[in-house]
Amino acid sequence: MGILSFLDRDHTVAGPGYSRWMVPPAALCVHLCIGQAYAYSVFNLPMTKLIGITQSTPEDWKLTELGWIFSIAIFFLGVSSAVFGRWVEEGGPRRAMFTAACCWAGGFFISAIGVYVHMLWLIYLGYGVLGGIALGIGYISPVSTLIKWFPDRPGMATGMAIMGFGGGAFIASPLSVWLMSKFTTATHVGVGETFIVLGIVYFFFMIVGSVIVRVPAPGWKPQGYVAPTQSERLITRNDVFVYDALKTPQFWLIWWVLCLNVTDGIGVLGQASAMSQEMFPGHITPVAAAGFVGLMSLFNMGGRFAWASTSDYIGRRNTYFVFMVLGFFLYCAVPYTGSIGSVVGFVCAFLVIISMYGGGFATVPAYLRDMFGTRYVGAIHGLLLTAWSMAGIFGPVLVNYIREYNVTHGVPKAQAYNTTMYIMAGLLVIGFICNFFVKAVDRRFHMRESDNRGVEPVGLRAGARA
Amino acid sequence: MDSANQPNTTTTMQLVLAWGFVGIPLVLGVLQTLVNAMQLFR
Repeated sequence: MGILSFLDRDHTVAGPGYSRWMVPPAALCVHLCIGQAYAYSVFNLPMTKLIGITQSTPEDWKLTELGWIFSIAIFFLGVSSAVFGRWVEEGGPRRAMFTAACCWAGGFFISAIGVYVHMLWLIYLGYGVLGGIALGIGYISPVSTLIKWFPDRPGMATGMAIMGFGGGAFIASPLSVWLMSKFTTATHVGVGETFIVLGIVYFFFMIVGSVIVRVPAPGWKPQGYVAPTQSERLITRNDVFVYDALKTPQFWLIWWVLCLNVTDGIGVLGQASAMSQEMFPGHITPVAAAGFVGLMSLFNMGGRFAWASTSDYIGRRNTYFVFMVLGFFLYCAVPYTGSIGSVVGFVCAFLVIISMYGGGFATVPAYLRDMFGTRYVGAIHGLLLTAWSMAGIFGPVLVNYIREYNVTHGVPKAQAYNTTMYIMAGLLVIGFICNFFVKAVDRRFHMRESDNRGVEPVGLRAGARA
Repeated sequence: MDSANQPNTTTTMQLVLAWGFVGIPLVLGVLQTLVNAMQLFR
């Protein structure tokens, strides 16, 4: 099939001497690019002035209309990771990364056309639908590959990649602002040109990732690594077929654990700036609040690597127990920090909370691997990400609407978030209970050697059975 | 030909290039964010 055969899984099998430490940068090439999604809001205000240039006119797009772009993208992230998970797993990481690169860059190019002709539906289609599909495929593409390369440290390995998704905004935000400043003139807002440049840069980055990524050869194992001869209580050596995983209570329990953890984190992440200023009027200025948001983003990124790596030592279930218990006490403490005017206490509480939000994302692939084996872990992870889409709706709604309700009923703004904090703590109690009931998957769901569902991709069982 | 049969030893230079390719932009972005975050403590 000519040049496209380069994308086949068979052509990505590592030769002797290939270092597994080349795989995390390959994964980061993709995750750092699609992590741009967290910085998409930098385009919102400029896109409300595409016609008016210096200020919005009635013909310009409204912020409420533009808000749908990110929502559509996150929705399609969940849908595409669920729908294409098995395709990603069986086709290998290079094909998935290449596809994600085409969709991601294509999304930016279509959006640029949408900006030039001022048709918002083209941006919904470009960044929202196509970009969202790239987010879903790109997010899960390196996960199972990393788990197979690092059977000794799966949490650390996936933590590194998923850390990139959290860190993508650090690159995208200043880069986008700088590009827009270069392309903007007295008569033109440079959003379209910025989209084109970002599309080209991201395509190049992601293609580099797809070129250097490799899957391990059959039977490969890290030097000195001895695979457990028997399954541990919560770490299986067996595989579960992707759609059979949906029939297990473990999948849905972990789905709820992730959903509740993300609901808590995403709710406060979106409102951190306003919340900090309203809880500490006169102490936290808008500039300081922006610094607080930046600090939260750093802890969101760092938590992904730190907590996922920690889970290799204390176990995935225990890691989530820490998230739920520590999170419960911290959420309960936030109203107290407000009442005594402790900015330091407030900031520290939220930095730890947000590190656990990121940690929840990064630890879950290894949790799934422990439960369902390595063979379909990427596809199962894709299905689980629907919890993220759900949380993306629950979290902000919970924070915004309860605050609004309290304010309209005469509660001072400084205390308007207290109820929400206690509800968040309550959600973590439910998460704790769900996590408590996670046990080993019943043997009847394990795949047999004779099971011919799906393809047995080259090198797929290298890590688990070596 | 199956790439698994080809010796493909990764050199230190390749590792440095690969990690630098993703690490340098990330570190620059993190530093920029840290500088902005310092506003919180002023």
